[in-house]
Order: sequence, then structure tokens, then C-alpha cells
Amino acid sequence: MTIKSKGLMALMFILALSACSDKVVKQQLSEQGAQNLGAENSAYDGGNDLSVETVAIGQGMDQVTELMQSDTFSNPNSPLSKRVIYFEYDSSNVKAEFVPVVEAHAVYLVNNPNQIITLEGHSDERGTREYNIALAEQRAKSVFNMLQVLGVMSHQVGVVSYGEEKPDAMGSDEDAFQLNRRVEVVYK
Amino acid sequence: MNSFKQLVSLLLVLSSVLYANTLRAELIIDITEGIQSTHKIAIVPFALHTAASDKETEVISQIISADLASSGDFSILAKDEMLSAPTQAEQVKYRHWAVTGQDYLVIGSILKQGKLYKVKMSLFDVVKKQQINDLLINVESSSLRKAGHYLSDAIYKTIMGIEGVFSSRIAYITTSQSAKKKKQYSLFVSDYDGNNAVAITKSSEPLMSPAWSPNGLHVAYVSFENKVSEIFVQTLSTGARRSVAKFKGVNGSPAWSPNGKKLAITLSKSGNSDIFILTLANGSVKQLTRSWAIDTEASWSPDGNSILFTSNRGKGAQLYIMPSNGKGTAERLTFEGDYNARGSFSKDGKRVLMVQGEKGSYRVAVLDVEKQQTTILSDGKADESPSFSPNGQLVIYARRKAGKEILSLVNVDGLKKQDIKSSLGFVREPAWAPKAN
Repeated sequence: MTIKSKGLMALMFILALSACSDKVVKQQLSEQGAQNLGAENSAYDGGNDLSVETVAIGQGMDQVTELMQSDTFSNPNSPLSKRVIYFEYDSSNVKAEFVPVVEAHAVYLVNNPNQIITLEGHSDERGTREYNIALAEQRAKSVFNMLQVLGVMSHQVGVVSYGEEKPDAMGSDEDAFQLNRRVEVVYK
Repeated sequence: MNSFKQLVSLLLVLSSVLYANTLRAELIIDITEGIQSTHKIAIVPFALHTAASDKETEVISQIISADLASSGDFSILAKDEMLSAPTQAEQVKYRHWAVTGQDYLVIGSILKQGKLYKVKMSLFDVVKKQQINDLLINVESSSLRKAGHYLSDAIYKTIMGIEGVFSSRIAYITTSQSAKKKKQYSLFVSDYDGNNAVAITKSSEPLMSPAWSPNGLHVAYVSFENKVSEIFVQTLSTGARRSVAKFKGVNGSPAWSPNGKKLAITLSKSGNSDIFILTLANGSVKQLTRSWAIDTEASWSPDGNSILFTSNRGKGAQLYIMPSNGKGTAERLTFEGDYNARGSFSKDGKRVLMVQGEKGSYRVAVLDVEKQQTTILSDGKADESPSFSPNGQLVIYARRKAGKEILSLVNVDGLKKQDIKSSLGFVREPAWAPKAN
């Protein structure tokens, strides 16, 4: 089975999982295929509107399959080389710009069912420590839910929240804060 | 009753297990905010009635001075401003202390007898010109510091009418980085002033949320040592500990019930963070909150009937309260401020200590529950983890200063502030132990 067809299977899986009717989703997909959409995405809203999500999935996939064919997991141009997803303050919504990154990892994980990852949730230092543990877990779970919807098996993904305990950047300004509000995708 | 005399003789025995490998003075209280203290007091260096030249004995008057100053209720007369140095009641000339405006005078002496020190302390009311307390205690040399705190408590109680906090302990978390850039997290227990600090647990992974059992014998905390969060309960006297919660997802925010039999904890095993009640005797957990939102940072009301917790079920994090038996709904408690979190009750249940976020600054605040009045106690940008002293008069909290994390003390009125200097790297999450029984 080629990687591309596996990717397609992942896509089928997503469709099967979708809460929307197959018809609607398929129609949207074909529309996108026709339009060959660029990088513009709708915001991921936590999975309530899978049609929006599916919109994003189509595009990331082409990039991914292409890159994986050239076997460039560490290629800086590959979305797979991006293993950190950043978030807004007190938010666990995956921003549109990071949807392709999540998709890339989803495709890789679907194609490599023995691969296991851990999603590490983190927050900036503002607010209380235990609240930040809960918040950062929500972030990691947002990514986890996206991966699951994209066909990744739940046993492939572990989730741990470190809250503000493991900052990536030191400092108490927005420059540091935005680097610390993140989910790290850690391959085992 | 005018000149009552009290003779107490007690032997303070050191807990050698707990205080083995003791470090000294990692934290030093540093009064940062000049304040008009209520009481002026002179503490004359204690006389040493022995041939021994033990430096340790000088420690007593220094400890008393530091203790009373740290309470924020006293200002201490400098040694070089004393006109005389009495060591016995007969030598006291009240006018020497009245002219420098003192309200109170402390004198004392130390007599070494074999292994024991007999420490005598007398307290005088300068204005009324009378002795108001007199104590004699016997201690081993290793317990002189404890003796100093004990005398401070006695002086404080006599003058202020409430218990002092000088014999109490705190727990806190430190992080430091070794030369090889390896991070180390430590959970320390020390005297309230930072002395006698002992790291009870160390890990290369985060340690969080220390919580004292009501009897002061155990500390519950969160450890990531197994790369997942896990709640442990550790017995201080033995160092023995056990894992009490290791469910899938978050295991956090342990809070002891007033009777010490249960822990309110945060678990996310049901999907996202909710409050659960863990019964320590059998390890059973009962889910208390069920919301799509974050529910965490539980704390018990003094009667054990209610649970206070942080939730973002409304807009942003706010404090809510609900019955601890789960029968009843959660009611919102805080309405001022963008963000109110990590609430804990005062001993009388009338006030709630919390972190309030407003326009990007996070500060320690006290809410008068009945009047719905909030008093902001701190003035930083990222102040957190406030904890009441056992007598309810002081609050210890963590703040950021010059890129470091340090501990700080503030009076409940918010007017008197003191930083606690540290040589331990970053210091955070202080938890003040309840009064030892």
C-alpha cells in the first residue's frame, strides 16, 4: 500500500467518524479539491463543527504525503519538523495556522501505527499553577482530539500536562509567554 | 495579678530524624516596607552565666528580635541605642527605656548546666513599670533556636493576646539548576523563618502543590517523577510516603479535609479537570464536580461541609463553593476582578484568601465573604500561592522579583510587607503548617 493511499484511508476514517453527514463532508471535500485551497483555514473550534475541520485536513495532507515520499521527517520545510503548537492566552483552541502541523503528525501516526507520541501541555506563568495544569491539559487534549478524529489510535498518544512548570522561554513578558503557551509533540 | 510570675520548665527535644542534614538560613526575612509598627520593644542581649564561650547562646536574643520584627507588630531598639544592659529584674531602670520611647523591654540570662541550658527571660511593660512575664526553660544546645522561637511566642502572646507563629513551619518548592544545566526540584520543610530547612523530596521532574495535614504530621504533594502527575502523602517524621492518586491525566491540587481523613483532589480521568474526594483509608474516589469546564484548586471550609474551588465555567476563572457531600449545586463566590483563583478559607471561615487577576496583574487578595469586600494585599504582577499563618495574622506568598521567584510575607491588612531572601534559586508555593499539637 502506498503512503498516499494510506493517507486516503485516514481521510476515509475521518469521514466515518464525522458527526456530519457523509454527504455534506464529501461535498465540501470535493469542492475544496476543485478549488485547490491555499493556506487559509478556519479556526478549529474544538470539534463541534467537523465540516470546518475537514476543510483543513485536505490541504495539509498533500504537503505531508509529498514530504514523506521524499523521506524528510526532519526537513525544516516539513510540517512534521514542527513539533510545537502555540496557543492564545487562557485558550485551548488550536489556531488555524497550526492545523496543518497537527494534520501532518496525524498522517504520520496513521501510517505508522506502532509509533507512540506524548503530547505535553504547557502554559505561561500567568494565573495560578494548578489552574495552569488544567488549562495546559485542555490544550494537549485539543490536539489529542484532532489527532483522534484524523484517525490516530488513542493508544498511540499519551497526554501529560506540565502547566507552567517547564517554561520554554524565561522572562515575564509576552515574548516569553507566547513561547510558553504550547503543546509539544514528543516522539518516543 | 499585677506582677504575676510564671515558671515554665520544659525540655524541647529535637526530632533528629527530620532534622538530620540540616542546612542553615537558606531563607532570610528581609523587611522591605518601612512601617509604623505598633509596639516598640528593646531586647537586651542575654547574659551568659557560664565559663563557656558558646556563640550559640547569643542566638537567643537575635532570634527574638528577628521574630518580633518579622511579625510586623514590633520595631526593635538597636543595641547601640540602649542606655543600660540589665540582665536581672533588679537592674532594670525604667527611665532608660522610657526616654527612648520603648513600650516593652526583654532581658534574660543563660546558664549552662551539663548538657542543658537554662534560659531565663523576663518581659517588662515600660509604660506601666512592671514585669509582665517571666519564663525559665531548659533546652539542649541543639534546641536553642527552638527556645528562642518559644520565647518569642510567649512575648507575642503576652503583649498581643494572640498566638505567635514563631514556632511554626512552612513547606515550599525550590528549583535550581546544576552546573550541567540539570534542573532539580525540591520540596523543603523549614522553620517559618527559613532556618532548619530540610529537602524532604527531590526530583529532576516538577514537584508541586504541597499541602499540610491538619495535624502537621504529613505533607501531600504532586510529583512528576514518573513523567506523569501523581499525588503522594509523606510522613515527615519517617520520610515514608505513599502514592495516593495516579489516575490517567491530571492528579493535582491536594487539599486535606479538616479531620485529615480525606483529600479533595483534581482529576481529569473523566475527560477534563474535576474535583474528586479521595478517602485516604481505602483509596476510594468520589466525583464532586461534573462540568465541561476546568474545576480545580479545591479547599475545604473549616467545618468540612463545603468545598471552595476554581472554575472557568463562567467567563474566566472564578471561585465557586458547593457542599462537600455533593448534594447541592455550585454557587459563584467572586464577582470582582477578571480572574479569582486558588481560594482558601481563614480559620473562622469569614475570609477567603485568593489570587486575583486584574488587567494582567495577579495579586494576593482577601475576600470578606459576608461583606463581599476584597482587599488587595500584594502589589506585584505575578503574586501567587498565598497561605495563612496559623494565627491568621500573616500571609506568606510567592512573587517574582528581578527575574527570581521568592517568598514574601504580608500582614492581613496588607500594610506590612517583608521579602524572604533566598540562596536556594527559585522559591515558590509556600504552605504554612497548621499549629503543631
